Amino acid sequence: MQPFTKLTSRLVPLPTRDIDTDQIIPARFLKTTVKSGLGEALFNDWRLQPNFILNQPRATGASILLAGDNFGCGSSREHAPWALLAFGFRAVVSTSFGDIFRNNSLKNGLLPVALDAATHAALMERSVADASLEITIDLESQTVTLPDGKSVGFPIDAFSRSCLLAGVDQLGYLLKQQDRIAAFEARA
Amino acid sequence: MPPLEKKTLFEKIWDSHVVYHETGCPAVLYIDLHLIHEVTSPQAFQGLRERGLPVHRPDRTLATIDHIIPTRGRSLPGFRILDPQASRMVTELRDNCRQWGIELYDLNSEHQGIVHVIGPQIGATQPGMTVVCGDSHTSTHGAMGALAFGIGTSEVEHVLATQCLLQTRPRTMEIRLEGRLQPGVSAKDIILAVIAKIGVSGGVGHVFEYTGSAIRALTMDERMTVCNMSIEGGARAGMIAPDDTTFQYLNGRPSAPNGPAWDAAVAKWRTLPSDDGATFDQAVSLDASRIEPMITYGTNPGMAIPVTGPVPDPAAVADSGQRSALLKALEYMALEPGRSLLGHPIDVVFIGSCTNSRIADLRGAASVLRGRRINPRVRMLVVPGSADVSKQAESEGLAEVFRAAGAEWREPGCSMCIAMNGDELSAGQYCVSTSNRNFEGRQGQGGRTMLASPLTAAACAVTGVVSDVRTLLG
Ligand code: SF4
Repeated sequence: MQPFTKLTSRLVPLPTRDIDTDQIIPARFLKTTVKSGLGEALFNDWRLQPNFILNQPRATGASILLAGDNFGCGSSREHAPWALLAFGFRAVVSTSFGDIFRNNSLKNGLLPVALDAATHAALMERSVADASLEITIDLESQTVTLPDGKSVGFPIDAFSRSCLLAGVDQLGYLLKQQDRIAAFEARA
Repeated sequence: MPPLEKKTLFEKIWDSHVVYHETGCPAVLYIDLHLIHEVTSPQAFQGLRERGLPVHRPDRTLATIDHIIPTRGRSLPGFRILDPQASRMVTELRDNCRQWGIELYDLNSEHQGIVHVIGPQIGATQPGMTVVCGDSHTSTHGAMGALAFGIGTSEVEHVLATQCLLQTRPRTMEIRLEGRLQPGVSAKDIILAVIAKIGVSGGVGHVFEYTGSAIRALTMDERMTVCNMSIEGGARAGMIAPDDTTFQYLNGRPSAPNGPAWDAAVAKWRTLPSDDGATFDQAVSLDASRIEPMITYGTNPGMAIPVTGPVPDPAAVADSGQRSALLKALEYMALEPGRSLLGHPIDVVFIGSCTNSRIADLRGAASVLRGRRINPRVRMLVVPGSADVSKQAESEGLAEVFRAAGAEWREPGCSMCIAMNGDELSAGQYCVSTSNRNFEGRQGQGGRTMLASPLTAAACAVTGVVSDVRTLLG
């Protein structure tokens, strides 16, 4: 897993709310036994529309997706964060996320950033109008620096944050608990 | 003595499964039962191989093949899966299970079926357990009084390696349903009404507990339908306190305890229900007697209305985000706002999925179809949830009712719920489906899904248009 520390990037605005993981990657692309090569499948059916945002030049090289409320609801498919990462995204900014999508993202080095509704709405409006708009996400300080220079905080649990900063996955922590797990199993 | 702490069902299960909780870290939660299937497990096994790790508890892991398999012709001589990708996934699951000694309900097994149908049916899912699966509808098993939730593939790997998960404690929400259901109204209508009320993100960060007289009155098959769709309200899990209905259901099932162990288990299970005076972080309540047959008009399960009611008008929606979502959904569905869906032509009816493919669902659908034929314009698929359900339906004569009515009676699997196996809609088709997701393209690229109960779906198959099942009841 690639560490996540600080990221400055242009934004890809996708104002739709309640985007489910079936849209992020349709089920027919899940017939694979590996994690790689899913970038092409990202939003496949929406990309059939020529003017869809991911088909526009501004999507090239941008690594922050700015999405509507409740991004990533629905299916538990981890192929959704795998596809977002393969396309080049490192962070998704919204107001809230589907629980399983959020968990899956944190385990793969894709940072879900939840902003308050007013900040999110203002950023969305500016971003739709201005393709060059940039923000900086700093995981160390848990802040987003907005285009006007103002900083806002975002929530993340301390454990996921330290894993992301170091680029270590969470299984290592669980494996260190093997004695405790064995003791629990002996009790049960 | 200080008063005893009052706990909810969720809290009792959670507290008894925390292996370790370090300050500032998520809890290490022990998992009693891990269900796996072919779509979300290959990369997890691959991860184990890369790290040189074994499967920690193969005896607590159960596998089935359900998502990508054909639902016909499987018993014919020389059958093989034609789709090379699907075939490869099946082979990989078989190899992984063989290597690690994991029990697999393979295609020809008497217990094969949709993962969330077979767990309770064989008695593997029991009250008080923690149950996970790389599948969001794992919430189904909460109907048994278990804490059951869906996980991603990384977490599948965690559970395979350690039988544990790292979890932050969710909040709780009580969903209370009092009153008696009207004729023609069923468990599916309850859960569609709940999600329509709270919205698809209403339960984010929460575990639901369904309570009240209307829930107590439900059979286990019906409770599973309700808990199944908790995830569609944004919740990780949904649960129902175990009671005599639960115990009667489990008694005698192959993996349930028996003999003296059964009595000990029931005694323990009786301590699980939420204590009087235990509190939830949030609560909502609905009057079950006022729920009508429901149907969805849009592209998420929260976009549901009583079948007699009008499709909402975007012009009347104040919130701009909600308004544009509604506009987009109605455009995809090619539906007009302000009008009822009654009489809208349909092309396909699908009865199946982990929401509504159990024997009670098939009995319900058959009760509407008995002595009737489906409209010749409509293609109807009936896909039982498991080999056991299929056998039962054959022996009760339900399969014959479906065939006689002109429906296709299939072999068990996920089928047109997720359209990974070739059972799918073509672009523009309307399908009344008993599954759980009406997302764009879920049942086939460009397909349009209307979610409803098995009763409503069967009624629509007969008339060829969206119908109120109450007009067909004797
Ligand atoms: S029936 Fe549908 S929702 Fe249920 S497990 Fe299969 S694909 Fe998932």
